[in-house]
Amino acid sequence: MEIFNDFFFIALPYVALAMFLVGSIYRYTKKGFQLSSLSSQFLEGRRLFYGSAPFHWGVVVVFTGHLISFLFPRSVLAWNSQPVRLMILEITGFVFGISMLIGLVNLFIRRYTTPRLRFVTNKMDMIVYLLLITQTFAGLWVAYNFRWGSSWFSSLLAPYLYSIFMFEPDTSSVIMLPWPVQLHIITAFVIIALIPFSRLIHFLVVPFHYIWRPYQQVRWYWNRREVRSADTPWTLQRPKNN
Amino acid sequence: MDVRSQVSMVFHLDKCIGCHTCSVACKNIWTDRKGAEYMWWNNVETKPGTGYPTKWEDQGIYKGGWEKRNGKVTLKGAGKRRGLTNIFYNPNLPVIDDYYEPFTYKYLDLIEAPESDDQPTARPVSLITGDPIDIKMGPNWDDDLSGSPDFARNDPNFQNLSETEQEVMFQLEKMAFFYLPRICNHCLNPACVASCPSGAIYKRGEDGVVLINQDVCRAWRMCVTACPYKKSYYNWHTGKSEKCILCFPRIEAGLAPACMHSCVGRIRYLGVLLYDASKIESAIHDDDSNLINRHLDLILDPFDEEVIREAKKNGVADSTIHAAQNSPVYKYVKEWNLALPLHPEFRTLPMLFYVPPLLPVMATLKQVDNKEQAAKMNPIAKYWDDNWLYDTSTAELWGSLDQVRFPLKYLANMFSAGDEELIKDKWKKLMAVRIHRRRATVGDVSDQKADEVLKDAGLTAEQAEGVFYLTALAKFEDRFVIPPAHREQAIEMMDFTGDAKGEIGFGFKSKIRRGI
Ligand code: SF4
Ligand code: SF4
Repeated sequence: MEIFNDFFFIALPYVALAMFLVGSIYRYTKKGFQLSSLSSQFLEGRRLFYGSAPFHWGVVVVFTGHLISFLFPRSVLAWNSQPVRLMILEITGFVFGISMLIGLVNLFIRRYTTPRLRFVTNKMDMIVYLLLITQTFAGLWVAYNFRWGSSWFSSLLAPYLYSIFMFEPDTSSVIMLPWPVQLHIITAFVIIALIPFSRLIHFLVVPFHYIWRPYQQVRWYWNRREVRSADTPWTLQRPKNN
Repeated sequence: MDVRSQVSMVFHLDKCIGCHTCSVACKNIWTDRKGAEYMWWNNVETKPGTGYPTKWEDQGIYKGGWEKRNGKVTLKGAGKRRGLTNIFYNPNLPVIDDYYEPFTYKYLDLIEAPESDDQPTARPVSLITGDPIDIKMGPNWDDDLSGSPDFARNDPNFQNLSETEQEVMFQLEKMAFFYLPRICNHCLNPACVASCPSGAIYKRGEDGVVLINQDVCRAWRMCVTACPYKKSYYNWHTGKSEKCILCFPRIEAGLAPACMHSCVGRIRYLGVLLYDASKIESAIHDDDSNLINRHLDLILDPFDEEVIREAKKNGVADSTIHAAQNSPVYKYVKEWNLALPLHPEFRTLPMLFYVPPLLPVMATLKQVDNKEQAAKMNPIAKYWDDNWLYDTSTAELWGSLDQVRFPLKYLANMFSAGDEELIKDKWKKLMAVRIHRRRATVGDVSDQKADEVLKDAGLTAEQAEGVFYLTALAKFEDRFVIPPAHREQAIEMMDFTGDAKGEIGFGFKSKIRRGI
């Protein structure tokens, strides 16, 4: 049992995080061409809506929820101190979780029943689908059967995750948890490990910088005005793309 | 003044014969790949017709381009707010069926089929799935189908033409059409660039070519929606968008782009225009009716002393200025005022200009009595017993402008945001050049008449000669005036020559290091 716990709650997280970090950086810097959301809307543009939109919006909310509980556990606990607020939080989370699951199932069915999509689907896509469905289902199961997750996440899991990030792994809280919760944690780390090896990587390149950038982009190989001036020191004449 | 240079183009529509050589040249070089089979960076469509992708001009469907609302100019179907909120599902994205499903034929079956009583056939198969398909649509399936119910009659440019006006156009005896070859316009206010959330698309400062960085594109597909000309395409296999690159590797080597080089009708001209980038912002905010004027006002006179001075100050190379002075595009667009941009109302400031077609539009059909002529013919000669004459005579020049086979409105919808006077002006000029030349070659037009016509069209005899020369006789180097890329600078585009000094070998982009 000891080994089991150490393996899944200490070794796996570190391996997963290492794979995620090294793999993502490698892929981002060396394999730019392979970094894409690989949208299939162009081949099938109707049913995608019922899968992609509910899934992604669900993920955005649920993931943010997890992140907040992890980063600000005390605030979440304080928020939850009133039952109404707790209910609002839990129900919102649950609804978006359901939305994720519906989206995922729709996406899964769409992908494997549209003939054209067979040709833009690989084995990793299948693995990703199955993992995400398991994960979402486990999450919903946990949320429904072991209430109220937002509170005990903040008091039990946040400290565990902190201990991982502080390099002082302390599994005392997780090993007490029921197995569906443990499954949820394990699958989460497996998914994190697979990010650099699957299309999941596109979530790292969400184009937030678009918000701040001017609409038009003109690119010069160098600043010709400066290059032409005799006063410019030679170091400035180096092309920028070099 | 912020003077920049742009490699721009003119397509002379009177000369296009609709042969699709340009499309094939482009396909062979650039898009003959998996995922790109359906892309035609250069395509030729028949007008009236629905084009490729079907009805691309109808922004009610595709939501491309910019629109002006309450004085503000925004992207119609993309942009920061719409683009980011629709990133998971783009409601305005055309799908492959809006273009066509790419196909090939199983040619090998013709050879390999086992012996049998039936002729073997090469069945069409989809290039996506490999399964046999029923071909429903191709990239040029509206070819020559003027008047057809599915294609011509659905042309989006008919929106404000009345039923009767359309009917008149499609009467069998009067039916006309012309070809419209299209490539990316390498716009001054490109909607594709503005819509790309990743910032993968950019305009090159030196020559204005608009490119998509394949390493940075993340398949958010917003450019496909935003380009009103539908000239950015999504590669379904690589998950990257692609577009016409104006054959920049060829341009940099001093060669004309493949479509232009191979053009059979020699309709294509390429040259440098100098423009004032500081005025773009205000130009795109002007009203529809004034848009063309503002667009053409951006283009600067390359002989003007001040323009030259400012250009030099901005780092425009002397050779580029020289190319601008010899540019055939400058002549057509500014000097003779003969060319117009396609759909200026999309507000992307396209830098590909078209000389509107005159011939298929102007010729009238006359009913004549040809008995006399028939009687003179040899009895064994085949002769058609109809009395219609395809009349291209010029006697009734200005009168015939109103009887043309295409309503002015139709062409105005395409080339001048609805301004019929502008089209009329171009037609007059084109006609005047013809009459002027007819005086010289056939001699049945009096000097007085020809001069009168030229004056009326606002051309001098010298200019008319120039138009004639560039239209009918121009040689390769007259049609394509490509600014030198400056080999020494071209190398520096890739590498700083100082860095490479003292190194060994060829073909390494990374530093050469001794092994350990
Ligand atoms: S024609 Fe379309 S793809 Fe080309 S520059 Fe203009 S907006 Fe971009
Ligand atoms: S090659 Fe030239 S003449 Fe032929 S279709 Fe293309 S543009 Fe027209």
